[in-house]
Amino acid sequence: VIHQSQVRYSSTHHHVCVIGSGPAGFYAAQHLLKLRAAAQKPLQLDMFEKLPVPFGLVRYGVAPDHPEVKNVINTFTSVLKNKSVRFVGNIQAGQHVTLQQLVNAYHAIILCYGATSDRLLNIPNENLITSAREFVGWYNGLPANANLPVSLKSCNTALIIGHGNVALDIARILLTNESSLQGTDIAEYALKELKNSGVKQVLIVGRRGVLQVAFTIKEFREMVKLPNVGWDIQTEETVSDATLEALPRARKRLTSLILDSCKTNQAASPEKSWTLKFLRSPEKVERVGDKIHVTFRINKMEGEKAVPTDKLETIPCDIAFRSIGYKGTKLFHDLPFDEATGVIPNNHGKVVDGIYTCGWAGQGPRGVILSTMQNAFDVAKTVSHDLDGSEGSSVKQGFESLNISHRVTHYD
Amino acid sequence: TTHPALKADAEMVDITFITPDGTRHKTKGKVGDNLLDVVVNNNVDLDGFGACEGTLACSTCHLVFKQEDFDKIKDEVTDEELDMLDLAYGLSETSRLGCQVTLTKELGGLEVEVPAGVNDARS
Ligand SMILES: Cc1cc2nc3c(=O)[nH]c(=O)nc-3n(C[C@H](O)[C@H](O)[C@H](O)COP(=O)(O)OP(=O)(O)OC[C@H]3O[C@@H](n4cnc5c(N)ncnc54)[C@H](O)[C@@H]3O)c2cc1C
Ligand code: FES
Repeated sequence: VIHQSQVRYSSTHHHVCVIGSGPAGFYAAQHLLKLRAAAQKPLQLDMFEKLPVPFGLVRYGVAPDHPEVKNVINTFTSVLKNKSVRFVGNIQAGQHVTLQQLVNAYHAIILCYGATSDRLLNIPNENLITSAREFVGWYNGLPANANLPVSLKSCNTALIIGHGNVALDIARILLTNESSLQGTDIAEYALKELKNSGVKQVLIVGRRGVLQVAFTIKEFREMVKLPNVGWDIQTEETVSDATLEALPRARKRLTSLILDSCKTNQAASPEKSWTLKFLRSPEKVERVGDKIHVTFRINKMEGEKAVPTDKLETIPCDIAFRSIGYKGTKLFHDLPFDEATGVIPNNHGKVVDGIYTCGWAGQGPRGVILSTMQNAFDVAKTVSHDLDGSEGSSVKQGFESLNISHRVTHYD
Repeated sequence: TTHPALKADAEMVDITFITPDGTRHKTKGKVGDNLLDVVVNNNVDLDGFGACEGTLACSTCHLVFKQEDFDKIKDEVTDEELDMLDLAYGLSETSRLGCQVTLTKELGGLEVEVPAGVNDARS
């Protein structure tokens, strides 16, 4: 009988680490384990996570009123139960462990650390605007955002800049009757704040037109099904039947639903409402008394491009959110990084020999869990293929050789 | 008099899942179960299948049917299912979400394709 630690140090063993434990990390791990098991090649896989606990945006991003989406945690947990997997929480790659250390210890490194910062509007007084990412972290109980100064009590009108799913998540959380959030895993303090919230009106403002919205139909359909909530969709463009017919299926169904919803409107006497506004780019933010005034440049569409006009519109509100996307950050000074896009440059997931990336870190912060999964599977296949080719190469000693003195968390 | 074994047999139908590499996963499903149940109960090895556990929130249970089988499906497709199908890769005219399709006797012998998860159109 060979002792476990001897197995790890054996030259036939491959050591792979995954940085980040969101969907990308878990799906890459799951698929790689499967491929290596099928090839009967022993593998030790270590998963490093900055936070003490796993699951990334599934835990701290996905809205608390979408518990169905979080069911995927069961699949991820079965990966953690695999004997060849070690979860190491509380380790921030780039800070507690360097890239060089990882390269010395592992045959392959898969960077799946997501996109942990924000795209900015780059307009004056942007600090008066709340980051959607931080607000999402706040209601989901992310420790780093627990102290976000959110005061909804004296708010009537909330303004959300951006037309993606995160914007709709925030609108829904602000408009949903707080009682239906009870029993979800929403943070206790957030539930309390939402219970006392004065928000009656949510304006959702996008830069481009009705044909360019980035949210998906499931999330939009939820908006027109919120109990006791009315709406106003202010399309200023006309979409001809011919244009609509020519659209790809998903875009066509979504556009039809938006346009049809312009007409259907309204609960009998709605307590709250949302308004969808298009063709407006924020230019300026000001505090005026106890209001926030956001001034927008009105655009017109030329093809897929928003072109500014000379018209402006100022919209007063009590709280404003910036929801124009997440952005990836650079973790290692000695690895290529594209500052403009916030993505680690890669070719089908491969960064350089032995280093790979998948999920939002490598693809950019867009796409649902499904697309992240597909990408992670693809990249795992490449990693597995490359491991085959590295047979007989240098012996690596994995986690034990890192000598991490920092207090880590494990998962059992 | 009903023979328990026979009765159980009578409620089972053959079903084959064909993965993109051409592998045929032949199994049996119980009438009244949905196709996600069949995959789960028989441990059919389909990567990532059924992530949301049948709650219409993921579309990882996407399946492509032959036209004649598609026409035999009793469950009407809902707007919510179509919404999720909009996100699926390799969508076809005869696509359904496995968690929304109940096995009936008429579907016995069913052969369904599990579409490839091509991830190239998304940049
Ligand atoms: C607000 C929001 C709501 C969403 N809702 C849905 C939804 O309802 N349905 C759906 O299908 N998709 C949804 N998505 C999309 C989905 O969350 C993403 O597709 C998916 O999470 C991307 O996976 P990932 O693993 O690349 O990134 P992440 O989930 O962000 O995981 C990255 C992990 O890496 C860790 N990490 C970061 N830096 C380091 C470091 N230096 N060292 C170690 N670890 C590190 C992070 O803590 C995190 O755990 C939502 C996204 C957002 C932002
Ligand atoms: S299992 Fe998620 S939609 Fe069917």
